[in-house]
Amino acid sequence: MAKKVALLQGNDACAHGAIYAGCKFFGGYPITPSTEVAEVLSGELPKVGGKFIQMEDEIGAIASVIGASLAGSKALTATSGPGMSLKQELIGYACIAEVPIVIVNVMRGGPSTGMPTGPGQSDVMQAKWGTHGDHAAIAVAPASCQEIFEETVRAFNLAEKFRMPVQILYDEIVGHMRERVEFPEPGELEVIDRSAPTVAAEDYKPYDPTQGQVPPLAAFGSGYKFHVTGLNKAPDGFPTTKAELVDAEERRQIAKVMDHVDEIEKNEEYQTEDADVIIWAFGSTSRSARYAVNELRKEGIKAGLFRPITLWPFPEKRTAELARQAKAIIVPELNLGQMIYEVERVAKDACTITGINRVDGEPINPGQIMDRVKEVL
Amino acid sequence: MAYDYEKSIRPGKLPHIWCPGCGHGIVMKGLIRAMDACELDRSKTAIVSGIGCASRMPGYLDACTLHTAHGRAAAFATGVKMARPDMTVIVVGGDGDGTAIGGNHFIHACRRNIDMTYVVMNNYIYGMTGGQFSPTTPTGDMASTTPYGNPDPTFDISKLAIGAGATFVARTTAFHATQIDKLIAEGIRHKGMAVIEIIDDCPTTYGRRNKFRSVVDMMKRLKDMTVPVAAASKMSAEQLEGKILTGVLFKEERPEYTAQYQQVIERAQGA
Repeated sequence: MAKKVALLQGNDACAHGAIYAGCKFFGGYPITPSTEVAEVLSGELPKVGGKFIQMEDEIGAIASVIGASLAGSKALTATSGPGMSLKQELIGYACIAEVPIVIVNVMRGGPSTGMPTGPGQSDVMQAKWGTHGDHAAIAVAPASCQEIFEETVRAFNLAEKFRMPVQILYDEIVGHMRERVEFPEPGELEVIDRSAPTVAAEDYKPYDPTQGQVPPLAAFGSGYKFHVTGLNKAPDGFPTTKAELVDAEERRQIAKVMDHVDEIEKNEEYQTEDADVIIWAFGSTSRSARYAVNELRKEGIKAGLFRPITLWPFPEKRTAELARQAKAIIVPELNLGQMIYEVERVAKDACTITGINRVDGEPINPGQIMDRVKEVL
Repeated sequence: MAYDYEKSIRPGKLPHIWCPGCGHGIVMKGLIRAMDACELDRSKTAIVSGIGCASRMPGYLDACTLHTAHGRAAAFATGVKMARPDMTVIVVGGDGDGTAIGGNHFIHACRRNIDMTYVVMNNYIYGMTGGQFSPTTPTGDMASTTPYGNPDPTFDISKLAIGAGATFVARTTAFHATQIDKLIAEGIRHKGMAVIEIIDDCPTTYGRRNKFRSVVDMMKRLKDMTVPVAAASKMSAEQLEGKILTGVLFKEERPEYTAQYQQVIERAQGA
């Protein structure tokens, strides 16, 4: 039988990807340009016995998502710019309490209300640092409607596997463009569920480090009684200020991600093997970059595209390798320079690093990239 | 025989953090008696709180307990109840947590009439942060951030809950200890949003600043300021001046949120 194929907006693809991943709860608050994720899920979730709730604000939305996840449901919220800022405190809660949730951030310009219907890549640093305290971050950055579907599934998998919030970051251009999307058959994409405890209910400790870097998470209502808090806590989940326990907990929560970077990292490379110039681009910007690479190659210029699909953790190793190989790296971004700092952090002195930046609501076009490549060569 | 509270309290978690004379312990014992009266399976009971002195209560209780962020308890609880409608969901917290930072979540949980029991311990003050005024601090009273007396008008939490759409609203005080469990139990049995306002006392940060010489004085205030709803019906407006009514203030039957959502699922699945 032929696969189901549909012409979908990126945001629709995200909603369908969530259903494929087994999402059973969405708590949201409408905000442009992410709203279609909520709209589609309000129709699709009840069909699979899932729940949709439009909460009173963004903070309530992510709070409900954390509550639903603790009660055993895979849970999602979707937002944009200012909504993301409102969710930050509770992203930190999900980090410290180790609750798997997925947050879609369809990026627009800013700060503040900015340009609600214009594209931006303005939240990439917010995705990394956007809560208080030390924590690890995982964010994926798909660049097409098909990839949004697939990366949404992967975001749920990463959230469940590492028991933490995972962000899906794409800009308004990708969120609102319509493309052919092939629905994978059930089983075609891996779907990971959180590991459940195997110990007796009275022995269960939700943060027991002897159970591994990611201790199993019981669901409320499944027979396990336990305590969850946003305070620093001992392995049994109850608050502690004991220095060695606090330190060990915080370090474990970062190590559970940083020790598995190879497994989390996902990149695409196009014509990088012999490239003199690497265009380091993600999301909609990478699509202009790919076009530019093709055009430049026709002119005999050895350009290549490096496209991080996992944005956080940052692809340090490969970026550094490419910097040693190339004469220059160009980082086009729909902001005034955010990811370029990370590229510079791992690659400075290895080659020339330069940015192309726009915040006027227009995409970075291939011509701009081609011009810059010719300037740096 | 003395009531056995021990079986409901997690081993090794006491002593609690509350100050001597604080009413929260009285409320916790009332909550335990109410859960027992309703014969709740503690593994199917979620007790959710925000931040503040009152919000530390879930940690002591043997159940599925969730101590969340400041003001967000009702929203977390909404997610738990939506995901697991078979669970009993109880929210506990203070006046500041519930009606200032959490005011929006509180009124919308009332509006939805989602089946949870929200126990608000109203001691007129932010205790944990050292006595700043809250939305329920009486106008003119002293708090650490109202050195010239509180200029703000105050919320009546029960009226707020009724106005926002809660379908069971009751009020009592920490003085009326034997009424606490009965009202909470009635709230738990009620299908829909139940708000139980319990006016209690904070001798450390409210009483001290407002010329209550002892906890006994504060308890006496709780006794003197209240009138049961039944008695109030026979009293004149003058007699009721400055009094606060206790008992079941409002009760109605209205479709409950998660039950309504189950109908959405059935419609979506073409039943």
